[in-house]
Amino acid sequence: MRPTFGRGLKTLSIASAVILTAAFAMVFFYAPNDADQGFIQKIFYLHVPLAIVALCGFVAGGIYGLKHLRSGDRAHDLRSYVAIHQALILGVGALATGSIWARAAWGHWWVWDEPTLVSFLIVFLLFACYQPLRFSIEDPERQARYAAVFAVVGGAFVPLNFMAVRLAESLTHPRVLSTTGGAMPGSMRITFLLSLVAMAILFITLCKYELSAKSTRIQLRGMRRRLAGEDDGLALGRSAAPQQV
Amino acid sequence: MRSAAAAIIRKDLRLELRTWETLPAMAIFAVVCFVLFHFALDRETVEGDLAAGVLWMTLLFAAVLAINRLFVAEREQGGFDGFLMAPVDRFSLFLAKATVLLVFLVALEAIAVPAFVVLLLGPGPGQALPELLGVLLLADLGIAVVGTLVGALAVQTRARDLIVPLLALPLMIPVVIAAAQATAPLLLEGGAEPLVGRWLIVLALYDVVFGLLAFALFDFLLED
Repeated sequence: MRPTFGRGLKTLSIASAVILTAAFAMVFFYAPNDADQGFIQKIFYLHVPLAIVALCGFVAGGIYGLKHLRSGDRAHDLRSYVAIHQALILGVGALATGSIWARAAWGHWWVWDEPTLVSFLIVFLLFACYQPLRFSIEDPERQARYAAVFAVVGGAFVPLNFMAVRLAESLTHPRVLSTTGGAMPGSMRITFLLSLVAMAILFITLCKYELSAKSTRIQLRGMRRRLAGEDDGLALGRSAAPQQV
Repeated sequence: MRSAAAAIIRKDLRLELRTWETLPAMAIFAVVCFVLFHFALDRETVEGDLAAGVLWMTLLFAAVLAINRLFVAEREQGGFDGFLMAPVDRFSLFLAKATVLLVFLVALEAIAVPAFVVLLLGPGPGQALPELLGVLLLADLGIAVVGTLVGALAVQTRARDLIVPLLALPLMIPVVIAAAQATAPLLLEGGAEPLVGRWLIVLALYDVVFGLLAFALFDFLLED
């Protein structure tokens, strides 16, 4: 039985569109301007959810990798691949918005004394090697297994790295500006939480779209191969993406 | 498990003693790095955090050379097949290879650290030597564990030489952070300051976490 990745896609798409719109409406019309930073602080409602969801996506990729190793189920390999792929895309967004915020708030495009941003960059760079690793292994079964091992190592690396970077920075620079800190007024907190939920639902929707597209393509190719005869020249092209479900 | 690991360690060390394939390359590379740093930084001597940075970058890049070669004989000459047919615990291969890499790193440092002191370091290491050795050993353990894992991961790929630095260097950033921060106060011009204990804890934690990960995951890299 092939897994059906496309189920509930329509509902999810509508839900993510509605919640995202609501979240952005609240960001612009409901949440007050920050007393210190003014309007630019509102990028926080985009930047922090992007980063949190991307990190969760990396860890989820590791968890699905572990599931693939335990069960040998190729569907888990596909899930792991898609989670990491989408998290990388959100990661680019998080780094770009973080850079814009740093420029507006501190006058530099990049600041090294913001440990969360630096740790995020390191994790992003590590997972950016996921696709080259997959691409350089030809045997699809081995590709899935090795990629899963890498995803698990990377998932465990995330918290360890955050701890090390934070320790290193706090030694020289005490943390003055707390980005996710508790001293947010109620209206800001509600807006932030809604933005986080919206981003999480958007991530899940995007993952489901990619999952169903990938599995459809795999099934289509399988049918073509069967139509053309097993020993025909329709060899599998080399690809970083999983080739079987 | 112990005898199998010991046999592989003996095999690898004998191979190295007969061919001298890895260690001289690492040592020469490290010394060349120091010379390059001298010109690139345009300094007669370095001290403090600059010295720690130069030392750790050099050791890390030299370690990548060894990681690249770690499993090559196994892959090219059928060592993996032979090992898989033998009725021994598969983790013993990891244990053996990590030990060999650790031996290589210690041997490298036996050459590279004195060379660093002579060529670049301003203050003599003096009484901070025991602390420095402790930091070196803890960091080597982490590099050996992660390096063996990455080496096993990369040796089956088509672009081994490319994949090893790409995977190993980001994974070792916590090692560099902790090791460089711990080493910097030991190499100050005005005499060594006491070691900050928390960096040793970070290094030890890193060693333990990746050791456990390797224990859990290494079998999957051999299955065929």
